[in-house]
Amino acid sequence: MRNVLAIAKVVLLEMYRRKEFYVLFILTIVICLIMGSINIFNDNQIIRYLKDLCLLLIWVSSLIIAITMTARQIPAEREQRTLLPLLAKPLSRNQLIFGKFLGCWIVCGLALICFYAFFGALAASREHQWPLLHYLQAAFLHWMVLGVVVAMSLLGSLVFAAPSSNSTIIFAICAAIMCVGRYLDQIAAPMHEPARSIVYFIYYAIPHLEIPFGMRNLIVHDWPIIGWNFVFLDALYLLAYLVFFLIAAGLIFRRRAIN
Amino acid sequence: MTSGKTLWLWLLAFFLLCFNLATVLQPRFQAIEKTNRQSNNFFVLLLGDSSRIFANDFFIKADVYYHSGYYPTIFDNKSAFETPHIAEDTGAVASHNHGEETDFMGPPRDWLDAFGRHFIPNRHTHLDEGGPTDDLSKSSQVREILPWLDLSSKLDPENVKTYLVMAYWLRNKLNQVSAAEQVLHEGLRYNQGNPQLLFELGRIYEEDYHEPDRARSIWEAALRMWGQEQPGVPLSERLKPSNENFDDWFIFDQLQQHLAHLEKEAGNYDAAIAHLRQAQRVSSKPEDLQKQIDELEKEASRH
Repeated sequence: MRNVLAIAKVVLLEMYRRKEFYVLFILTIVICLIMGSINIFNDNQIIRYLKDLCLLLIWVSSLIIAITMTARQIPAEREQRTLLPLLAKPLSRNQLIFGKFLGCWIVCGLALICFYAFFGALAASREHQWPLLHYLQAAFLHWMVLGVVVAMSLLGSLVFAAPSSNSTIIFAICAAIMCVGRYLDQIAAPMHEPARSIVYFIYYAIPHLEIPFGMRNLIVHDWPIIGWNFVFLDALYLLAYLVFFLIAAGLIFRRRAIN
Repeated sequence: MTSGKTLWLWLLAFFLLCFNLATVLQPRFQAIEKTNRQSNNFFVLLLGDSSRIFANDFFIKADVYYHSGYYPTIFDNKSAFETPHIAEDTGAVASHNHGEETDFMGPPRDWLDAFGRHFIPNRHTHLDEGGPTDDLSKSSQVREILPWLDLSSKLDPENVKTYLVMAYWLRNKLNQVSAAEQVLHEGLRYNQGNPQLLFELGRIYEEDYHEPDRARSIWEAALRMWGQEQPGVPLSERLKPSNENFDDWFIFDQLQQHLAHLEKEAGNYDAAIAHLRQAQRVSSKPEDLQKQIDELEKEASRH
């Protein structure tokens, strides 16, 4: 575990030096502040459009951070020829993969803390309330989704040739799941065989990232809190996919030539 | 040195060309701007006619907010949401909605769908009725639809419906009468003499500002504009009560009935009777109007 944590720490330090998070965070703040300064019938209690926009920006920014950061981890080690010296140490390939994953996932968590703190402050500035439990549920499931995305990107970085192609494909997959993932069964229903079975298979096989993504609406429109049993069930569901992608990445990396 | 001089000469020539082009084109652009009422609208200039598509999207977005996110997508049964409820509730547009609005999702299709419904808005509510909390003291939250309606009106300034809906919610639910008046004036700037906008403006003067004379002159102007709207179409065609020409007959009916009420209050019984007789032509319950006419005739004979 010490080796895994050491790798994770290196990823954390690397992200601390890179500018992506700062740029995206400042951009989110600037866009939200500009939109918040718009005068709508002199009513300064109108907030939901701003919450909606801010949460969307948080989701997009967090996906950008998670995917681009993870996609370059293994290829960068390979390009800089540091992979072989790393594995020459008492460090297994699985530990390296898990360490990289853990580092990226922790970075996503830290980024989410900053983003949701800003969101909470923005909402509280007009609503004068602080529904912490709602935000906690949303941020926790958001973090679990990012865990799956990080694991997927890590697997992709071992399958696809370049980080750019990996990032693009993972982005496209995530966007497709979030937009139509929930409706694939409805799309499949009127189809003829074998297309119908294929689409049904995809529906049940994909990680339904759109479930926590849909929580945005609950937060924006002040719906009551979700039962914690559902939150933990969804977290377990996402955790299963996360483990699946990590094991797949480990298996592929085990057979890969290092150079 | 020679090449340097040539370069300067070319630069001067281009500058002169640009200057001349500017002097030729500027008056032409000004002439175009004068003929196009929308030219000072940034969004319309930027997006052209496609701005109407976005405007419609934002109008629907306002309806989504009105339902606190509980809204059918293209994959769901939309029959109960064909006409946005924010517009339907104003009573100023024809409703094409049918079917059950509270259960467009139907029963869960599978375990994933059933599970996913815990994470999305899953109950039909209206913001002016308290939204998801059902707390009527929070009915002023209906204000949250305003940013999208405002944006929609800026993207498609010729869509009268947006101004009507915005003015209705501002006046009736948020008690912002002057803002509603401002919205209607803005609508009239882009849709000069529109009878529907004039009718709503007249209601503000009658019901909120209690200025019946001003309301009367606005409604009479609205009736005149209504008469000039479709020169080739026969009156009987325009007054045929149906969903297709709802705007036409509905506004005629409303104007006549409101004018009749104003005339009655002013003691002008003959004028009130004349307006009610006009309203009878389109009313779904002419017998009710006949009763009013009979009462007015009695009143008139007494004076």
